[in-house]
Amino acid sequence: MVSAELWEAAAAVTDPEMPMLTLADLGVLRSVSDDGGRIVATITPTYAGCPALDAMADDLRSTLGAYGEVEVKVTLTPPWTTDLISDEGRRKLAEAGVAPPDHIGPRSTGPVPLTLAAPPKRVACPRCGSADTEELSRFGPTACTALRRCRACAEPFEHMKDI
Amino acid sequence: MSATDSDNVYDALAEADHEGRWAYGAGFDETVVEVTAPAPEGVDREDLAAYCLMLADDALVASQRLSEWATHAPELEEEVALANIALDLLGQARVLLSRAGHLGAAERFRMPGLAAGLSDEDVLAYFRDDRSFRNVTLAEMDLGDFGRTMAWILVYSSWRLALMTTLRGSADPVLAAVAAKAVPELAYQREYAAGWVVRLGDGTTESHERMQAGLDDVWPFVTELFLAHPVESRLVEAGVAVDPASLRASVDADVAQVLPVATLTEPTRPAVGLVGGRGGRDGVHTESLGRVLAVMQSLARAHPDATW
Repeated sequence: MVSAELWEAAAAVTDPEMPMLTLADLGVLRSVSDDGGRIVATITPTYAGCPALDAMADDLRSTLGAYGEVEVKVTLTPPWTTDLISDEGRRKLAEAGVAPPDHIGPRSTGPVPLTLAAPPKRVACPRCGSADTEELSRFGPTACTALRRCRACAEPFEHMKDI
Repeated sequence: MSATDSDNVYDALAEADHEGRWAYGAGFDETVVEVTAPAPEGVDREDLAAYCLMLADDALVASQRLSEWATHAPELEEEVALANIALDLLGQARVLLSRAGHLGAAERFRMPGLAAGLSDEDVLAYFRDDRSFRNVTLAEMDLGDFGRTMAWILVYSSWRLALMTTLRGSADPVLAAVAAKAVPELAYQREYAAGWVVRLGDGTTESHERMQAGLDDVWPFVTELFLAHPVESRLVEAGVAVDPASLRASVDADVAQVLPVATLTEPTRPAVGLVGGRGGRDGVHTESLGRVLAVMQSLARAHPDATW
């Protein structure tokens, strides 16, 4: 099997909790290889405890099963960050009403400072585009989202946390 | 749908290619590739397994405590937050338990009658007694009150964040990988708790009093966080572990930043005493751990062969 075709097939599998994103958009698909009829797909979790990982692995096994025996491996290194979400993925998130994360850049290896008075985060409303939005809850319905509300159009929306 | 299809409502939930999975376990059996790495050269395998178990139990027991808030939190948003924090910690615990199991820690708990395919992490989570748990006693304390819970998360996440920040440089690839993943999650949890400590501490008279009382309740368990067990000391030498004593300055700085803004004062309650010099890291726990484990383990132990 041509590895490009295997990659395309695996890359098109969608995230079980955010089905507007493919695993490739989300940046969790690390590699797909064909080892003499045995296909090995390697993924990385978004959050260490993300329960969607199991469903992703099942979906990969089901999709790639057409090409041979499938093994799904999980790697933790390098750790996933929202910077790995593709531009295409960010566009799809916004279209689906989820405010995409900011780019955070290379992570410091030193201690992380505690910021009690963090500058209010500027997250544009994915519906009306207004920057006048507020945080409702730091944790949302999935491990990777927070809840916000737009003060301009009054609609609540999810924001993918920058991490 | 035929009559037989609807006989068991769980049938539809099981994957077609699974014969049924163990009813209690973590679920996924994908190999985390880092877990199977050999112990770094010159590092004692048993020590490394014991250290992985310590850090795993700190997270597992804390996660179980936090999940007690399900359906009890004051607001839906906080319930979701506490469940998310519990989930993050469970994720850390799972990899660390698997690592400990790979290094041989699960074998003596694999009692006769357990399903052969039961994963190491499940054996370690469900079939160990309290004396075999290696968590610090802070992780097992009764939460109950929301203010006490926020004080607890603030202290716990400040401490674990400082630990994981340094552990990213560990000579063991699994510990380094878990730490790198944990750091941004713990930083997020710490800021969540700090926000609530300030809001409640600098709130009404009632909320201030309860926030101070909650902090007072947590304080006796803080001293133990900075005591090094001999296993930790040996692994510090090997470049694998973090010296707990080195974390004090960072935790103190975090707490010192929050308390004045929250109009709270540093408690003066004495530390919970060790028993003959032994504490949670030696398996000597407070009464609370038994109750935590009873909730977590009793069903799996009563029906160890249940699948769904």
